[in-house]
Amino acid sequence: MSSPGASGTATRVSRIAGTERIVDVLAPLVAVLAAFLVGGLVVAAIGESPLRFYSTLFRGAFANADSVGLVLFNATPLIFAGLAVAFAFRAGLFNIGGEGQLYIGSFVCTWVALQLPGAPRVLLIPVLILASAAGGGLWAAIPGYLKARLGVHEVINTIMMNFIAVGLTSYLVINIFKEAGQMTPQTATIPIAGELPRLAYFFQSLGVPLPAANPLNVSFLIALAAVWLAWFILHRTTLGYEIRAVGHNASAAECAGINVRRTLVLAMLLSGAFAGLVATNEVMGFRHRFLDNFSSGIGFMGIAVALLGRNSPFGVLFAALLFGVLNTGALEVDLFTDVPRELILVVQAVTIILVVVGNEIVRRRREGGATSRRRSEATAIGQDGSAEAS
Amino acid sequence: MPEQNAVEMRGVTKRYPRVVACDCVDLDVRRGEIHAIIGENGAGKSTLMKILYGMVRPDEGSIRLNGTSLIGHAPSDSIKLGLGMVHQHFMLIDPFTVAENVVLGIEPVRAGLLVDGQAARERVERLSSEYGLALDPDERIENLSVGLEQRAEIVKVLYRGADILILDEPTGVLTPQEVAELFLVLRSLRQSGRTIIFITHKLNEVIELADRVTVMRDGRVTGVVSASETTPGELARMMVGRDVLLRVERGEATQGEPVLAVSKLSAVGRKGAHVLDQVNLEIRSGEILGIAGVQGNGQTELVDVITGLHAASSGNVMLSGTDITNRRPRVIRDMGVAHVPEDRLARGLVPEFTVAENLVLGNQHHAEYCHHGLIDVVKIEEHARELIAEHDLRPADPSVRASHLSGGNQQKLIVAREFDSDPALLVASQPTRGVDIGAIEFVHTSILKMRDAGAAVLLVSAELSEIMTLSDRIAVMYGGRIVAEFEGGTVTEEDLGCYMTGAANDSRGQATAEGAA
Ligand SMILES: Nc1ncnc2c1ncn2[C@@H]1O[C@H](COP(=O)(O)OP(=O)(O)OP(=O)(O)O)[C@@H](O)[C@H]1O
Ligand SMILES: [Mg+2]
Repeated sequence: MSSPGASGTATRVSRIAGTERIVDVLAPLVAVLAAFLVGGLVVAAIGESPLRFYSTLFRGAFANADSVGLVLFNATPLIFAGLAVAFAFRAGLFNIGGEGQLYIGSFVCTWVALQLPGAPRVLLIPVLILASAAGGGLWAAIPGYLKARLGVHEVINTIMMNFIAVGLTSYLVINIFKEAGQMTPQTATIPIAGELPRLAYFFQSLGVPLPAANPLNVSFLIALAAVWLAWFILHRTTLGYEIRAVGHNASAAECAGINVRRTLVLAMLLSGAFAGLVATNEVMGFRHRFLDNFSSGIGFMGIAVALLGRNSPFGVLFAALLFGVLNTGALEVDLFTDVPRELILVVQAVTIILVVVGNEIVRRRREGGATSRRRSEATAIGQDGSAEAS
Repeated sequence: MPEQNAVEMRGVTKRYPRVVACDCVDLDVRRGEIHAIIGENGAGKSTLMKILYGMVRPDEGSIRLNGTSLIGHAPSDSIKLGLGMVHQHFMLIDPFTVAENVVLGIEPVRAGLLVDGQAARERVERLSSEYGLALDPDERIENLSVGLEQRAEIVKVLYRGADILILDEPTGVLTPQEVAELFLVLRSLRQSGRTIIFITHKLNEVIELADRVTVMRDGRVTGVVSASETTPGELARMMVGRDVLLRVERGEATQGEPVLAVSKLSAVGRKGAHVLDQVNLEIRSGEILGIAGVQGNGQTELVDVITGLHAASSGNVMLSGTDITNRRPRVIRDMGVAHVPEDRLARGLVPEFTVAENLVLGNQHHAEYCHHGLIDVVKIEEHARELIAEHDLRPADPSVRASHLSGGNQQKLIVAREFDSDPALLVASQPTRGVDIGAIEFVHTSILKMRDAGAAVLLVSAELSEIMTLSDRIAVMYGGRIVAEFEGGTVTEEDLGCYMTGAANDSRGQATAEGAA
């Protein structure tokens, strides 16, 4: 009564624990490749050469040290924004408010810097980093508190807090803190002691020809540290343990004596702090001042980054770098091919969707097929099993 | 000539990263029989049934269902072939009515668009009356008792045309009365020619109900026997590989000072009704107080108020002389109250956490595992290895996700964690729900050991035999009150049953008075 093929069609992905790890790493890579394939089809569909499109894109991203530096520079704020979303997500909270939190963090950072003109570098830099985190964190703690105390959904409140943050900082910059004698809606520059150094000289000393004009700065290293810190908090501290417990099963957490409300507020606070750290790149590392409306959506991109990185800190790093590549390469594509600018955005978005979908498919297969669609039809074979034919 | 076997599984194998859940399993279920599957926790029973149903894909093996070979099938395919599964965790939509739930997905339609509520109701009524499944089609699921919810599940499966029914541990959540009713239903289903496969840990149920039994151990089938030709003892031996004491020895313990004293405790439920009404009780150190009662008579709320999870509206709870009424759960835990919650998946563990992480849940902030806010992963893993060995958790691997454990092993994990903390008061709700006989023996022995070491134990269980074997005193709850209290060993199951259903409460006021003293 044996039916052929029953074992042949079965998945063997999860034979041993070791392969699980490998699949974990390979899955996103395979997904990215598949995404590029489909992206290529989109390009071909408008009559452009996919090959030329991608070679230009990658040249734009990887041609030389300068472009790689740009990739990392572009990825830096996305790492912070992605961490913010991912961290809150681990507590079961959907923080859509990264945009507002990074504006507030950046504004507080700038304001504090402007108050301390004579402070020495060793003091000012840590103070400004803390100010950025505190600004973003406290801003996020407000919807966190409303959620924990009154059960008001954090999505609505974080979105509203975005409008307030953008409007408020805009008002403050234009009406109160605008640089004297300038038309641009921006503050004066922060003291030099508060600037984060660029990495060009450091890399040059290592023999990497990163031009002095490249904007990559120490904030990128802070972002790497933040990735590690987020992982460390989640997996090595009692608070992180409690955050994850609340995120996965709040009633079990409550039953185990965890203060769910307090944990939710703290998770939002830390999440917002990561978003606030965008200021280290945008204010301390690059612009050296607060420019009205500078972000144009970094906080929202953070949502995509976090989803792409499956809400794990190291996944966020990977995802932000991928975004960095796409964003940096897109400039080159815009300059040197006839693919219209809008379409580059389309290809970018298609790539991201496919990576997310691909990830999900691999994950489901590994879970043992409980939720996956069947791959082979159920074959109805006659009463006495003509299956034996083979 | 129709095939005699409703189900034929051959050489079915399912490997998970750390265990082989099913190892070359053959299963034959004859048409029209009631077939029991028994085996220790983690033996692979649920996995085998999920494979048959199409929820889990086997690595090897072949399956024939009603004479049709299935390859890589999904539940929708097996449903078409007449298979239905009553899940252990019911899959009903709470705010919907019974009728709406039953017809969900294949609703009778009127005017090509509208759900025909009347037709749905009629069909549900027809099915219910045909098999003695008394059920009000217009009642909302959220208002049903567990036993009735299960009926709704069975009706739903029958509505989909199932002639083979799988029930995974259907009796675990039922009261004795409900079990008896379920068995009547299953027998009448057999009479109508349907085939039934059911998983259970209760060997007397097997003998009482089943025609044949398949015994599993460590993913393999260790025997198929006819129920009329076997005994619980023999089945136990086949399952565990050794003799099991189907009873535990309990000696006399010396009772000390009162540990828990509850006086005039009242509480209001989520819907505003009085779920606890002036409850008084006292447990001394070295004493086990068993609470008997039909689910939904205030036991859950009593436990929740004592452990700080539900607010008391009046009265108070004293723990060794300290008032703990409405204190935070953590404060109460840290004062030495351990709690095995009745709903293991919802409250007892975090399914996405590893076994090691779950084994410290609630104690993660204690100095043993936590220094200056940092958790000691090495210590947590060591601790897990110890408890895994002591409680025989399977697989014996601290890094497995709790959601990947079998149901009984999840329960054993919670018991291991709560018993380990050396509590002054142990509050245990349904501590052996879903665990195999070997583990029941172990849990019972552990509870008695804790008592002998001076702990006070509040035991809530739907399993009357459990209450009767373990308790020094038994209190019966009905309608949010304690309606009777007995010394252990002075009361029969029948008597308890009378008080539990409220039948005896007027005629035998004397026992009540005795209890209130
Ligand atoms: N999704 C999964 N991933 C990894 N291992 C799993 C998974 N599901 C089940 N297992 C393992 O397979 C084995 C068999 O589990 P199964 O649930 O079939 O046991 P069971 O016989 O139903 O036990 P119980 O009586 O406790 O319900 C167990 O060791 C379990 O840990
Ligand atoms: Mg099971």
